[in-house]
Amino acid sequence: MMPFTYTQAADADAAVRLAGGQQAGARYLGGGTNLVDLIRETIERPTALVDVTGLSDGITETDGGGLLIGAAVRNTALAEHRLVRSRYPMLARAILAGASPQIRNMATVAGNILQRTRCAYFYDQAGSRCNKREPGQGCDAIDGFNRMHAILGASPSCVATHPSDMCVALAALDATVHLTGTQGERRLPFADLHRLPGDEPDRDTVLQPGDLITAVELPALPTAARSAYRKVRDRSSYAFALVSVAAALAVENGTVTDVRLALGGVAHKPWRASKAEQALRGQPATEAAFQAAAAAELAEATPLRDNAFKVELAQRVIVAVLGELAESGLAGDGA
Amino acid sequence: MSIVDKGKEAAQGIAQSVMKKAVELAPGALLPGGRPDPLIRRQHGHIGKPVSRVDGPLKVRGAAPFAAEIALDGMVYAALAYSTIAKGRIVTLDTGAAEAAPGVVLVMTHRNAPRLNPPPRFLSGDKAAAGDDSPVMQDDRVRWNGEPIALVLAETQEQADHARSLIRVTYAEEPAATSLPTADGCEVGTFMGEPLRAVVGDADAAFAAAPHKVEAVYTTPGHNHNALEPHGATLVWRGDELFIHDATQAVAHTAWSMAQIFDLEEAQVHVSSPFVGGGFGAKGLWQHQILAAAAARLAGRPVRIALSREGVYRIVGGRSPTEQRVALGADADGRLTAIIHRGVTPKTRHSPMPEPFILPTQSAYAAKTFALEVQTCYLDMVANTFMRAPGEAVGTVALECAMDELAEQLGMDPVELRILNEPEKDPLSGRPFSSRNIVAAYRAGAQRFGWERRNPVPRSRREGDWLVGMGCATATYPYHRMPGGAARITLDAAGHARIDVAAHEMGMGTATTHTQVAADRLGLPLEAVTVRYGDSSLPGVILAGGSQQTASVGLSVMMAHQELVGELLKLAGNDSPLAGLGADEVECADAGLRKLDEPGRFESYASILARSGRSELVVEGSAPMPLETMHWSMHSHGAMFCEVRVNAITGETRVSRFLGSFDCGRILNPKTAASQFRGGIIMGLGLALMEETQFDGRNGRIMNRNLSDYHLPVHLDVPEIEVIWTDIPDPHAPMGARGIGEIGITGTGAAVANAIHNATGRRVREFPITLDKLL
Ligand SMILES: Cc1cc2nc3c(=O)[nH]c(=O)nc-3n(C[C@H](O)[C@H](O)[C@H](O)COP(=O)(O)OP(=O)(O)OC[C@H]3O[C@@H](n4cnc5c(N)ncnc54)[C@H](O)[C@@H]3O)c2cc1C
Ligand code: SF4
Repeated sequence: MMPFTYTQAADADAAVRLAGGQQAGARYLGGGTNLVDLIRETIERPTALVDVTGLSDGITETDGGGLLIGAAVRNTALAEHRLVRSRYPMLARAILAGASPQIRNMATVAGNILQRTRCAYFYDQAGSRCNKREPGQGCDAIDGFNRMHAILGASPSCVATHPSDMCVALAALDATVHLTGTQGERRLPFADLHRLPGDEPDRDTVLQPGDLITAVELPALPTAARSAYRKVRDRSSYAFALVSVAAALAVENGTVTDVRLALGGVAHKPWRASKAEQALRGQPATEAAFQAAAAAELAEATPLRDNAFKVELAQRVIVAVLGELAESGLAGDGA
Repeated sequence: MSIVDKGKEAAQGIAQSVMKKAVELAPGALLPGGRPDPLIRRQHGHIGKPVSRVDGPLKVRGAAPFAAEIALDGMVYAALAYSTIAKGRIVTLDTGAAEAAPGVVLVMTHRNAPRLNPPPRFLSGDKAAAGDDSPVMQDDRVRWNGEPIALVLAETQEQADHARSLIRVTYAEEPAATSLPTADGCEVGTFMGEPLRAVVGDADAAFAAAPHKVEAVYTTPGHNHNALEPHGATLVWRGDELFIHDATQAVAHTAWSMAQIFDLEEAQVHVSSPFVGGGFGAKGLWQHQILAAAAARLAGRPVRIALSREGVYRIVGGRSPTEQRVALGADADGRLTAIIHRGVTPKTRHSPMPEPFILPTQSAYAAKTFALEVQTCYLDMVANTFMRAPGEAVGTVALECAMDELAEQLGMDPVELRILNEPEKDPLSGRPFSSRNIVAAYRAGAQRFGWERRNPVPRSRREGDWLVGMGCATATYPYHRMPGGAARITLDAAGHARIDVAAHEMGMGTATTHTQVAADRLGLPLEAVTVRYGDSSLPGVILAGGSQQTASVGLSVMMAHQELVGELLKLAGNDSPLAGLGADEVECADAGLRKLDEPGRFESYASILARSGRSELVVEGSAPMPLETMHWSMHSHGAMFCEVRVNAITGETRVSRFLGSFDCGRILNPKTAASQFRGGIIMGLGLALMEETQFDGRNGRIMNRNLSDYHLPVHLDVPEIEVIWTDIPDPHAPMGARGIGEIGITGTGAAVANAIHNATGRRVREFPITLDKLL
């Protein structure tokens, strides 16, 4: 572990001043459940840590009927919040499907969003090549163990996946990210925050150095009151998603009036399944339509040596989750 | 000469005479014509009671000191740097930045490491302990990906870790054997000096001619060791003596082996290991203790080395992968005519044994012909090693899945097929079984589990999205007892007995069960018995391995007890109610000796010692050679029953019920035994469904070297596990007990796979059975 300084930031401006100023080696510290591991593995070598757990940990209703979630809200607090559970159940379930209670108690909303891939070659600083860690070095995952890797949106330079469960729900819910940077405050649609790897796999997001996440805003979304999150993994708990599906569905008179669908475990970013949504809107809420929508989303999937099963698995889980939402009588009525 | 005089003489000569007498007495106990251990008959003592762990309160309070928690004055912390190539030479090794880093006391590499003898490879001698006999940091060669290339000592662990990250190395790589196709030679493997090969009749011809037959290839992946406590040691040199606080399942072996490596007398090395946080075969002598001792000597400071989880993956071997072909031929009634079990497994040239997966097949079923063989191929990787039930754990996967496939083909119930093929004597050696009650275990287990509710037609039971099925398999593990057992009993004037034995408590309950056994043997309450263990200064060369520690310790204490009775009778003399009685006319009861058929003739230990003016009586006994296994085929068994639910959409498997019905001889403590059985079964669930070392065949590097990526069952993966047992004592084992530490993992993988087949109609022969294989 490299020596570093540690400071607690009183508020957002102070944090940006401390970190954004910009000593290149500064990092914001949330719960530390990802960053500290990365420091121990010498993948992150910060010279300064700016603790931002003192930022807002409040969850407040917005005028429009949405929620404003402070960046320092702990994952557990978010999942347990009454309004989250009633209005956005998929988000509560996604969070609870992730990590362990101990980790969720520590993890913050911003830290969860910015956690890095779990690709084993990325973590193997000493012994493996990785373009995300060292641009231009090569990618040992493409021809190596890649069961956990991407089937959508990958590039020849990186096939990693974004590991978060929470983010899959945020992608489906059309969240907005509030930022403070050296240039002041700005907002960003959540869907535009994470990047596909392209030929810059070292950049997980579009954020600039020093950018601080201050809050995440959820819009009012009645459809989401009846929503689900299904995570498929290699053991019952405490494993990252092979495939996960966040979905909300509104059906009126047998016709899909609204649908929100996002996938986890399949791409470099939480994957909003826009093609499937488009294919479904206005269609009958039938298994055939769900199958066609899922197939449309997965048409361009390019599996690797170990993860071809994910295409079939994603297809099945999308259909099953939509089917359950439609059938169980829980499907939103659009009201 | 009076009895008293004789007693005195004997007391003086105890040390010399013990060995000889023990050997003379031994055959009586366990061998043909001998009298079984008298404790087998005793029904109302401490044996068989669910006594709670004597070390439980200490552990719950966090007060039990583990090896890497011992603090020594002036201690420094070690960190290891590991190679990143599988084979080649170190060309440059820049340690300048590391040496200059804050807090650094020493950077040791092959350039400045003291000259060391190669570690004695386990099984190469009575007390050889090393899992790997490669030279330890003695040259610029790299032998596997992950081999230590440098060790840093610093004032804090963080400083050591940081400095380690500053070491820069370049290599001249050489072509390495890191996958079976590139293996550096293959040959028939050997285990304990015997070739892993057995031929009876012409199995291939019998198989070809059989009216019913199944043939399939089963593969199991490599497995890494993941004991809760990673390996660690805290050690110090005092003059020319080395004191090691170790986490080991072999204190005496380690002391002797370290002495060989460092050119010392055995007595100059002291190994203490009172608590071990799980061993499973891995807690032997690996490079970390050797490197730490070498560095401590160079630096002149005590050293603590605590391997990280990655460190355990890099330098402590695991179970090798196997590729096993099983072919079973049966006649029209289902009687086996041919058992063929052949396959291949990789090994290093520096490890003690190849994964001996044919072991369970040697005594499982009666058949006219056998062809068994383990081919072993040499790879450049961390030395593979023992892991809970080496051989049986993965061998039963292949054999017992094949039996299920044969039952299906014959249209027979899998339990009945197994019972039909139950052998009358050991099918290969022809020896009689010492005690074999697998049929009773199957009947009891089947009834308790509700086996009759199983629908033999696969995929016939569905609950919502979940396909439900049941499967069974046979568990088996041999009785072992290794030479070298010895124990000392110190009986004091207050009637308190202390047992000293170089045994190990790795969480199994050793200290507890031996307190119970000794209390019964001596006729004492539990509170009056203390068992001291986990230190190389204590008597005996006792490995906590091969499920043999209980037998080894039990017999050693039994031999010491015979000495004790003889000595007490001599001390009692003519003024005692016991006057004139011989050792086989008395028993130990109520803290004293009494005549077997005349309870009134009794004298307490306290009284005997007081009258003879002794403050204590010390005797030692040694266990004789384990000849019992030359006369009998000695094996434990279990009937394993599993119910699974497989999600029809996602292929996820959930084990919903599990039952193990065991025949392991007498169960000494049902509480600790149940825990051992369940622990083994849980490990077997991991083997069945998720455990897999990701060994990258391109460069021989293990990629999933942490508990996030290497999957073990979590609580939610473990259903309620019921364990029952026959509790039929084995007349040829000490206390009638055959050992229970490893059997739980055997048979479990096949029971799960067979249940999955019953649920889904799918035969998955490539382990672990992950969901993608069931889509
Ligand atoms: C064993 C294990 C299993 C796990 N399993 C799962 C799982 O199944 N599903 C899942 O979703 N997750 C899982 N996780 C990941 C876990 O969710 C993340 O580690 C956690 O959410 C990170 O939050 P944190 O606050 O601790 O972030 P930190 O580790 O503190 O920070 C993470 C990153 O965010 C940056 N950061 C933090 N706050 C801000 C801010 N306000 N503005 C800008 N940047 C910021 C940091 O600089 C750092 O780069 C697992 C983690 C572990 C260790
Ligand atoms: S997939 Fe991406 S993160 Fe993984 S090794 Fe390749 S470049 Fe690195």
